[in-house]
Amino acid sequence: MAASTLKIENLHVSIEGKEILKGLNLEINGGEIHAVMGPNGTGKSTLASAIMGHPKYEITEGSVFLDNEDVLEMEVDERAKAGLFLAMQYPSEVSGVTNADFLRSAINARREEGDEISLMKFIKKLDKKMAELDMGEEFAQRYLNEGFSGGEKKRNEILQLMMLEPKIAVLDEIDSGLDIDALKVVSKGVNAMRSDDFGCLIITHYQRLLNYITPDKVHVMMQGRIVKSGGAELAQRLESEGYDWIKQELGIKDETVGQEA
Amino acid sequence: MSVDTKIAFDQDYIKSFSERRQEPKWMESLRLKALEKSENLPMPKPDKTKIDKWNFTSFKHDVPADAISSLDDLPKDVRELVAKDQQSGNLLVHRNSTPVFHQLSEELKEQGVIFIDIQTALQEHGDLVEKYFMKDVMKVDENRLTAVHAALLNGGTFLYVPRNVEVDVPVQALYWQEDPEAGLFNHVIIVAEDNSSVTYVENYLSYGNDVESVANIIAEVHVGQNARVTFGSVDNFAKGVTTYVNRRANVARDGKVDWALAQMNDGNTVSTNTTHLIGDGSNADSKTVTIGRGDQKQNFTNQIIHHGKNSEGMLLVHGVQKDSASAIFNGVTKIEHGAAKSNGEQTQRVLMMNEKARGDANPILLIDEDDVMAGHAASVGKVDPIQLYYLQSRGISRHEAERLIIHGFLAPVINELPIEGVRKRAVEVTEGKVN
Ligand SMILES: Nc1ncnc2c1ncn2[C@@H]1O[C@H](COP(=O)(O)OP(=O)(O)O)[C@@H](O)[C@H]1O
Ligand SMILES: [Mg+2]
Repeated sequence: MAASTLKIENLHVSIEGKEILKGLNLEINGGEIHAVMGPNGTGKSTLASAIMGHPKYEITEGSVFLDNEDVLEMEVDERAKAGLFLAMQYPSEVSGVTNADFLRSAINARREEGDEISLMKFIKKLDKKMAELDMGEEFAQRYLNEGFSGGEKKRNEILQLMMLEPKIAVLDEIDSGLDIDALKVVSKGVNAMRSDDFGCLIITHYQRLLNYITPDKVHVMMQGRIVKSGGAELAQRLESEGYDWIKQELGIKDETVGQEA
Repeated sequence: MSVDTKIAFDQDYIKSFSERRQEPKWMESLRLKALEKSENLPMPKPDKTKIDKWNFTSFKHDVPADAISSLDDLPKDVRELVAKDQQSGNLLVHRNSTPVFHQLSEELKEQGVIFIDIQTALQEHGDLVEKYFMKDVMKVDENRLTAVHAALLNGGTFLYVPRNVEVDVPVQALYWQEDPEAGLFNHVIIVAEDNSSVTYVENYLSYGNDVESVANIIAEVHVGQNARVTFGSVDNFAKGVTTYVNRRANVARDGKVDWALAQMNDGNTVSTNTTHLIGDGSNADSKTVTIGRGDQKQNFTNQIIHHGKNSEGMLLVHGVQKDSASAIFNGVTKIEHGAAKSNGEQTQRVLMMNEKARGDANPILLIDEDDVMAGHAASVGKVDPIQLYYLQSRGISRHEAERLIIHGFLAPVINELPIEGVRKRAVEVTEGKVN
C-alpha cells in the first residue's frame, strides 16, 4: 500500500444556506499528522463532516481529492471504502446492533463477496484492539454506542479506527470529555496507527492531546478558514498564550463563523 | 379487484362440503346458519383502515392436495420450517388446507393429549370440539367475516391438554398454501385444562404475488386455572393474499398466556390479538413484530382486557414500515370495573424507513377501576439519517445500514420471544424482507 494524499482546495461549505467554510486549503500525506486547532464555532467539525459527506452539509465550491479520486463525487460509504475515516465528535447510537456485528459488517464491506473475514480472525483482532484500548470484553456485545458514556464513545471511535485501518483519518475532538488516563489510552491507539501509509488530521481545541501525539503540522482555524500554520511549536504557543495574539496579528475581532475580518 | 363482499357459495354447496367431510350434524347446521347470517352482517371495521376495496371473495375453496409419506417429500423451504427438534416430535402439516402429515408422540397420546387436524377432531371428538367451537372465546356472528369463516372452515387444528399434563416440547402446525389461489379458512382451538401447560407454534406460508386469495383465520385459546399456554406464530402470506386473522384467549384464575407473533405477511392484513384476563391473578404477555413493505396496508389491534383482580397484562409491539407500506397499530389496555390491583402496560414502536411509508400507533387505555396500575408508551419515527450516515461512514452501504437498523429495531422484541424456533424464523423472515 503506497502512501495516500488527501488534498483539499478552496473548499466552501454551507449548512442550511449559511456559508461556514470559506475557501479552505489543506494537504495531508501518508505518514503525517496534522492538527487543526481553533476555538469553538470556527468550522472545524464542518470541515470533518464535509470530507466524510454528512448529508446536511452542502459543498458550494472547491475540491477534495484522495490521490486521484474525487471524494466529493462519492457516496459516504464509498469514501470510507476509498480509505477515509472520521472519528465523530458526536457518534450516533444504534439500538439492537452489537458493536461486534457492526464492525464485522464494516470490515466485510471492504472485502469482496466470498472473501469475508473469518469469525476467528475477526474475534482475535477485536480482542487485541479492545485490550489495547483498555475496553472490557462486554463492549463487543453491547449495542453500538447505546448508553455509552462520552469517554466510552470516544474509545469506541478509536477502536473502529484501529479495526478498519484507513489511509487517512480525521479525528474530531477525540479528546473532549476524556480524563488524563483515557487520553493516554486513546493517544496510544492513535500512535500505534502511525506509519508511512497512514495520514491523520486531529481536530481539537485543547493543546493537551498534542502532548501525547506530536503533530507534524499545526493549523489554526478561524472564520471558516485556516489562518495560520506552523509546526508543533505553534500548538505550544497557543497553549501558553491562547488565541488572542493571532486575532490581533490578523485583525480579527470575532473568530467564529459569520463574522468577517 | 372485487368490491363485492358477498361470497359465491350457497347452502347446497356448504351442505355437501360438510357431508363430504363427515362432520357431525351440529357442525353442518352451524355452517348453514353462519352462511345465512353472513349475508346480513356488516363487515368488520378496523379502526382507521378502509378495507372496502380489499379482496375477500376471490379464492378457491376446496383445493385437493396429496398426502405426503415423509417430511422429505416437502419442498426445501417448507421443510426448513419444521424446527430441528420437531423432526421426531409433534407436527401437523396442512397443504392447501388439507391435512397431509401428522405426528404425535406416544407419550403425549398416553397422557390424553389430543393434537389433530380439525376435520378429524370433528369426526372423532365431535362433542369436545362442540364445547369450545366459537362459544365463549369467539362468536360466529361478530361480523360478516367471522360468519364466513364458520361457514367455509376448511382447515385447522385441535389441541387439547388434559388437567395436570405438562407438555414440555412444542407442538407445531404448518399451514402450507401450495396453490396461490387456495383460500384458507383455518380454525385453531387450544384447550389447556387446569394446571396444564403447552407451547403451540404455527407457521403460515404461501406463494405467488399476482394471484388473489384470502386467509380468514381464527385461533381460540382456553387457558384453564393455573394453566399456561405459549402461542407462537410466524405469518408469511404472499402479496396476493388478504388476511383477516383473530387470535383470542380467555384466561382463568392464575392462568397465563404468552403470545409471540411474527406478522410477516406481504399482503393486506387485518389482525386482532385479544386476551381476556377473566380469572383473578391471570396473566397475558403479548409480543408482536412486523415488517410492512411494498404498498401493503395493515391494521393491527393488540388488546388485553382485564376482568379479574390482580391480573397482569403486557403488550409489546415493534413494527417497521418500508417502501410505501402503511399500518395502523392499536394497542388496547382495558381494565374493567372490579379488576382491582391489576396492572396493564403497553409499548408500541414504529419505525418508518421511507418518506412514503406510514405508521400510526394508537395507545388506547380504558380504565374503569381506580385501584390499578397502567402505563403506555408509543413512538412513531422515521429512520434517522444521521444514524445511516454514521454507519455508511464506516463503509457500510445504505442498504446494509438499513438492514442493520431494521434488525436492531426488532431485536429487543425478537430476542424476547419465548420460543426458539419462532425467534429463529422471525430473524430469517426479517432477513428475507430487508434483502
Ligand atoms: N446544524 C447546523 N445548523 C446551523 N448551523 C450550524 C449547524 N452546525 C454548525 N453550525 C454553525 O456552523 C459554525 C461552525 O460550526 P462547527 O463546524 O461545528 O464548529 P467547531 O467544530 O469549530 O466548533 C457555527 O457557527 C455553528 O453555529
Ligand atoms: Mg466541533
